[in-house]
Amino acid sequence: MAIPRGKITAIMGPSGTGKTTLLRLIGGQIKPKSGRVLVDGLDMGKASSQALLAMRRRLGMLFQNGALFTDLTAADNVAFPLREHTRLPPALIARIVALKLQAVGLLAAADQMPAALSGGMARRVALARALALDPELMLYDEPFTGQDPINVGVLLRLIASLNQALGLTSVLVSHDVAEVFAIADCVFVINEGRVVAKGSPDELRAQMPHVPFLRQFLEGAPDDNQSQASQQSANYLANALGLKPPSDKRSALRGTR
Amino acid sequence: MNRVLTALLNGLAALGQGVLSAAAHTGQLTLFIRQLMGRLIPAWTRPKLIVQEIYAIGVLSLVIIVISGGFVGLVLGLQGFNILSKFNATESLGVMVALSLVRELGPVVTALLFAGRAGSAVTAEIALMKTTEQLAAMEMMAVDPLRRVIAPRFWGAVIAMPLLAGLFSLVGIAGGYFIGVVVLGVDAASYWGQIQQQMQPMDDVMNGVIKSLVFGVVIGLVAVFEGFNAEPTSLGISRATTRTVVLSSLLVLGLDFILTAWMFGA
Repeated sequence: MAIPRGKITAIMGPSGTGKTTLLRLIGGQIKPKSGRVLVDGLDMGKASSQALLAMRRRLGMLFQNGALFTDLTAADNVAFPLREHTRLPPALIARIVALKLQAVGLLAAADQMPAALSGGMARRVALARALALDPELMLYDEPFTGQDPINVGVLLRLIASLNQALGLTSVLVSHDVAEVFAIADCVFVINEGRVVAKGSPDELRAQMPHVPFLRQFLEGAPDDNQSQASQQSANYLANALGLKPPSDKRSALRGTR
Repeated sequence: MNRVLTALLNGLAALGQGVLSAAAHTGQLTLFIRQLMGRLIPAWTRPKLIVQEIYAIGVLSLVIIVISGGFVGLVLGLQGFNILSKFNATESLGVMVALSLVRELGPVVTALLFAGRAGSAVTAEIALMKTTEQLAAMEMMAVDPLRRVIAPRFWGAVIAMPLLAGLFSLVGIAGGYFIGVVVLGVDAASYWGQIQQQMQPMDDVMNGVIKSLVFGVVIGLVAVFEGFNAEPTSLGISRATTRTVVLSSLLVLGLDFILTAWMFGA
C-alpha cells in the first residue's frame, strides 16, 4: 500500500479487519511482526524513540472517541500540545487555540469541560487539538461512527476543506461507504488482512461487478454463508435443548408416539 | 479414582497458571521499573507538575491523616497510662507514646491510610486515562506519558509520604498529651522532658523517616504500575484499584517487619 501525499486516502473494510491496527502501525504505537511501515522514509517499526517522537510531532491523530483530557477545558486541551512542545508566550498560545477552535466552529465552547460537550462537539475539539501543531499527516480513526447526519456532514466538510487549505495528507479509516466516497481521492478496501481492491471511488464502482467481496461490502449485502451459519446455530440450539434438528421433525414426532 | 485424579490435575493446572501469571506480573513490573527509572530525573525539568501531584496526593490526604493521628494518640495515651500506672511510671507516658508513634505507628498506619486514600486514587485515575485512550493520544502528540503523567505521580507519593507520617506522629503526640496531661493529670514537664531525654534523633527519628520513605516508594510504584497496566475495561479498573490497596498494604506490613528487624533487632 502506498499513501499519496496531499490526498485524502480512505481505508475501508468490515469491523475487525485491522483498520485501527493499521493506523496504530502508522503512528508507531505498535510494531509490525513482519513487513515495514514507512512514513516519509522513516521505518516506524525500527526507528529510535527520538526519531519516533520527532516524526509524531508531524502527525495528528483523531481518536474514535476523541480521547480528550477530561480534567482540562476544551481550550486547554487544544493548548496542550503547544504548551508541551513550544515555548510560545501564553498570549500567543491563546490566539492559536482560538484560531483552531474557530476552524472547527467551536470557539464558543472554549471554556467547557469535555464532559459537557456532545459527542460530535468533543470529536471536533479533538480535531482542533490534533491540528494544533500544524501536522503534515492527519490520521482519522472512524470519524463518522455514532454521529448524527448533520455532524457527519460537518465533519466531512471539515476534513475535506482542512486537507485542501492546509495541504495535509489525510488517512481515513472508516466503514461508511457513502461518506468516504464523497471526499476520498483514493480508497483501499481491506478484508481479512489483505487489500481486496484499491483506486478512486469511481474506479471502485467500475470494479464492483468483478470483485464479489467489494460488491457485497459496497452494497451492504449480508454474507452468503450467513444463512448457513444461522442454520448451524439453530441445529446447535436444538441439540442443546435435547430436540432433533428441524429437518428430522417427522421422525422425531414418530419417536414420541 | 478417576474423579480424584481429575481434581488433582485441575489443582496442578491452577497452580501452574498462578505461577505463570505471577511470573508474567513480575516481569512486567521489572520492565516497568526500568522504563520509569529513566524518566525519574528528567521529570524534575517540570517541577510544577510534581508540586501539583504533591498537592493532589499529599495535601488532600491531610484530613484523614490528622484525624487518625489524633485518635491513635488519644488511645495510646489512655492505654499507656493504664499500664504505666501499675508500675508507678506514668511520668514515662510521653516517651512511650512518642516512641510508639515515631518508630512504628506513624509510618505504618500512615502508609496503610495513604494506600487507601491516595494510592487507589492514583491507580484509578491512570487506569481511566488509559481506558479512554488519553495516554495513547498523548503518545501520538509526541508526549511521553511515563514522563508527563506517571513519574510526577510517583514523585508526589515519595515526597508526600514522609511528610504525612511526620505529621501523623506529631498530632499523635499532641493527642497523648491531651489525654495524659490535661485529662489524667500526668506532669507536663515529665511528659515532654522524658521525650527529650530518651528519644534519639538519629536512631528513632531517622529510622521512622527511612521507613516512611520506603513505604512511599512502594505505594507510589504499586499505584502507578497497577494503573498503567490495568486492563482497559471497567472491571479492569476496579481490579487494579483493589490490587493497589491490597498489594501495597501487604508490602508495607511485610517490609515494616524486615526494616524493624534490621534497625532495632539485636
